[in-house]
Amino acid sequence: MIEIQNLQKQFGDKQVLKNVNLKIEEGKVTCILGGSGCGKSTLIKCMIRLEDATSGKILVDGKDITQIKSEIKLAAIRRHFGYLFQEGALFDSMTVGENVSFGLKYLTDVPESEYPRIVREKLALVGLKEDVANLNPSELSGGMKKRVSLARVLAVNPKVILYDEPTTGLDPIMSDIISDLVLDLKAKLGVTSVVITHDMHSAFKIADYIAFLYEGKILLYGTPEEFRKTDNPYVKQFVNGSSHGPIQMKLMRE
Amino acid sequence: MFSAIGRYMSNLFSQVGGATAMVRSSVFWLFHSRFEFHQSVEQGITIGVESFGVVALTSLFTGMVLALQAGNTIGNIFGDPIFVGTIVAFSLIRELGPVLTGVVISGRAGAAVTAQIGTMAVTEQIDALYTLGTNPIRYLVIPRMFGFILTMPILTLFSNVFGILGGYLVAVYALGVPGEVYFTDITTFMGVSDFMHGFIKSFLFAFMIGTVCCYKGISTRGGAEGVGKSTTGAVVTTIVLILVMDYFLTAILTAFGI
Repeated sequence: MIEIQNLQKQFGDKQVLKNVNLKIEEGKVTCILGGSGCGKSTLIKCMIRLEDATSGKILVDGKDITQIKSEIKLAAIRRHFGYLFQEGALFDSMTVGENVSFGLKYLTDVPESEYPRIVREKLALVGLKEDVANLNPSELSGGMKKRVSLARVLAVNPKVILYDEPTTGLDPIMSDIISDLVLDLKAKLGVTSVVITHDMHSAFKIADYIAFLYEGKILLYGTPEEFRKTDNPYVKQFVNGSSHGPIQMKLMRE
Repeated sequence: MFSAIGRYMSNLFSQVGGATAMVRSSVFWLFHSRFEFHQSVEQGITIGVESFGVVALTSLFTGMVLALQAGNTIGNIFGDPIFVGTIVAFSLIRELGPVLTGVVISGRAGAAVTAQIGTMAVTEQIDALYTLGTNPIRYLVIPRMFGFILTMPILTLFSNVFGILGGYLVAVYALGVPGEVYFTDITTFMGVSDFMHGFIKSFLFAFMIGTVCCYKGISTRGGAEGVGKSTTGAVVTTIVLILVMDYFLTAILTAFGI
């Protein structure tokens, strides 16, 4: 289980996260909702120390990872996590196949002769044919890049996967396939997922719990059912995707 | 104005601190992980191939112009262009070889390294390395540092050879100095310490270029504009530092009799 306590993150004068408290249940899917630029990506980057929190605690299986100084200990913690980046973050200098098998070399003992089979399997899992393995990332569309990036995460079988907008840029059918994949990973392998998304359809389909981040704080945390029934005007407006409501009013006042 | 100076100094110290931390981290990973031998050799070859042509051409013409200037000046004073080989070889092996090679490597390979690592930083590829069990210092910085350190002394050697060759062409065919005299002038007055002087400089320049270019790359922020700024910054910083270091290294090495 991951427990975030009083987490704060400041970039210069700008406080992005103000006292975030959140529990990520093991083997469950937790979706994090919130407007663009509200700090969702920063929050999940703090969970694996890609960003250092200004203050607060992040407990991973009871151990506060914000206090870890040793790079080797940090790397050991990160081994259990997979991270799907917003823009894919594929390595330009490598082919798709080399990208997918990259983590196998450094995170597993899988022999190199097994790499092509794993690459084929993981690409198929995200709906890509095996001949894509020989292409360079620059030859892929945005959606394909994201799927290759997901295949790269899946190749190393992490216990926790952090998804930064996994369905953005994908067509509705592929978005649904990715949503099914998240559910499959939970059901078959017990993978814990933290999903940042703006796709409400996907969020309601996959989430066991949803957290709504607004102005650096978790405004509401609950089950999808609680989100559907909430009276909170901010959450209601976001869930309904309406331009009228307190969030808009606040923007206009500013 | 004072606040601007303060900001500049604070930025400077923060960059020096960051680069020092990167070097410390490089030393740590060098002894705590598998050395990326294949990558280091690949980087060395890339740096060498990218810079060889320009190093050869600039050194050839520098040797030629040195011989021409020295020959004409000495000819005007003493009547004959004597010691042209000595002047050309001394200038090249002790000073211009390492300096010219350093400047060319900075502009050619150093800029490429900063741009490549900088692009990786702004497109989250560096973060992706962390999540895939690889430290970017170990995977990106150490092989490139080794690439510079392996290649720079070899390129400096080529620079010396091409410079002396350029000097030879001018001395023999333009100034009428006999070929044997040109080479005897070099071998008579030059010792092992002169070669050591140039070699030590080239090694330290390589270390500095690797550090500055990798650090500028890894600390890049702010998209394509940030990559451009880092790359320009890396080239300007390394060229200025080469010239500054050259003076102090000359003073120190000479004091030690090298």
